[in-house]
Amino acid sequence: MTTVETAIGTTKTMVLNMGPQHPSTHGVLRVLLELDGENVVSAVPDIGYLHTGIEKSCEDKTYSQAITLTDRMDYLNPLGNNLVYCLAVEKLLGLEVPKRAQYIRVMLVELQRISSHLVWLGTHAIDMGAMSLLLYCFREREEILKIFERFSGQRMMTSYIRIGGLALEPPAGWRERVKRFLDMMPARVDEYEALLTENRIWKGRLQGVGYLSPDDLIALSTTGPGLRAAGVAYDNRKLFPYSSYEEFDFNVPTRTESDCYARYMVRVAEIRESLKIVKQAMDKITDQGPIKADAPGIVPPEREKMKTEMEALIYHFKIFTEGFSPAPGEVYVAVESPRGELGCFIASDGSPKPLRVHFRGPSFINLQALPRMIKGQLIADTVACIGTIDIVLGEVDR
Amino acid sequence: MTQLAKAGAQLVVEHLRAWNAQAVSQVIEYRGDTTIVVPKELLRATAQQCKQDPALLFNLLSDATCLDRYPVEPRFELNYQLVSIPRRERICLRTCVSAQHPVVDSLESVWPGANWLEREIFDLFGIQFTGHPDLRRILLPEGFEGSPLRRDFPTEGKR
Repeated sequence: MTTVETAIGTTKTMVLNMGPQHPSTHGVLRVLLELDGENVVSAVPDIGYLHTGIEKSCEDKTYSQAITLTDRMDYLNPLGNNLVYCLAVEKLLGLEVPKRAQYIRVMLVELQRISSHLVWLGTHAIDMGAMSLLLYCFREREEILKIFERFSGQRMMTSYIRIGGLALEPPAGWRERVKRFLDMMPARVDEYEALLTENRIWKGRLQGVGYLSPDDLIALSTTGPGLRAAGVAYDNRKLFPYSSYEEFDFNVPTRTESDCYARYMVRVAEIRESLKIVKQAMDKITDQGPIKADAPGIVPPEREKMKTEMEALIYHFKIFTEGFSPAPGEVYVAVESPRGELGCFIASDGSPKPLRVHFRGPSFINLQALPRMIKGQLIADTVACIGTIDIVLGEVDR
Repeated sequence: MTQLAKAGAQLVVEHLRAWNAQAVSQVIEYRGDTTIVVPKELLRATAQQCKQDPALLFNLLSDATCLDRYPVEPRFELNYQLVSIPRRERICLRTCVSAQHPVVDSLESVWPGANWLEREIFDLFGIQFTGHPDLRRILLPEGFEGSPLRRDFPTEGKR
């Protein structure tokens, strides 16, 4: 607590506790706000309330078993987490995934990106007081979750992306469902923009709030829409393409104002770009073709083969009892999650269980910028800034 | 690894060797990634060089991780994933720390984003970072004893 000089004499600052239970912190985040009246003098985030030891648990499981743990980190982007982990294991093994599986991965990960941005938009809007938007966004997200349920049997924690490809064949009639979603969605995004983009209250609450210069953002290791709203076109899908993204035609939206409003504009534009990618992926996916790599000791065999062929049965047995052992080495893979650069570092010591699995969570690293972002602003702006960074506590704490 | 990426990585190694031959004790190329092993004493200077040298320009510290190789010595390996946004390149800097003296220089003065990354490593592995402005636990509660991600700490936890 420090003393503050005011026009009518000296006073002391007040330390106010925000969270960990708070509707606007989007999870169990605690922020200690030092306030001079309504102005924030300093803010100290306190995290770790959702720390479940995922990285340590992965060391006790075989490489395939750890996939289900990855779903639960950034719980608004389970397919993206599956993807980064499986890409890292495939890189460690030197395994090539068939193109058909890569295109299906891209399509599902982009649908996941749209669903994550919808949650962000709905919750950010309700934080700012535009309450109707929450249910509109969740209504559209329902359609995406229904598509995921058809593919994997699960709405959220899909574990659909596996080492070497996918868990299951795409379901019958998936094209009609995805096409129906693509036909409906652009008009809905226009509706959200009609409600918010030129809205005086929305602009009043978000423009000029939470500004950080691009150099500051890079110095603080911020990535994702926060960095793109400052004019830096850093997107892993374009700069370091993975999983056949180089074959897709899409733009990386950027703005220059680097405030909350710019980040809103970037994310809405990203929803539109993702719709383009889903359409292209849908056209590229053939009706027939492999969904898993041909690697007998690593990728489990088809169930029918396992029941009729001796070699397949032995491979199945070995994979599910002892697991496969990659050669010793370390790899790092980075993908573009809705929140920024999601990375996975895996070290193998030649045993069936990983020596170390580390996830570079964009929410954890982007949250570092919060104290700089809200210094000198009002408490109400704190809510806007926490929302604009778009954190998911599962990824912050792991 | 593409020819262009390989050439880029070789350029970085050459520049660092030209700046200080001792800085590069080993270069590991695996699955298309390049890792430069740097001695502990030269870590901060090498990091500063990677950021400032106009031919290198690694302005983004993407990740900092620790790896425990217990019971092999040197026990801890710190890996720093660097990205050069203008040159579209990735590199990894590695340094090794022993179990008897798990102390290394903090890179927070080079990249402020290292702040929370180093706090997490301090929290979970018990490695001290000299020069860090605020070295305290970040994920685990304040009174917690032990460094859970070390290999000799059981997964189920201690009672």
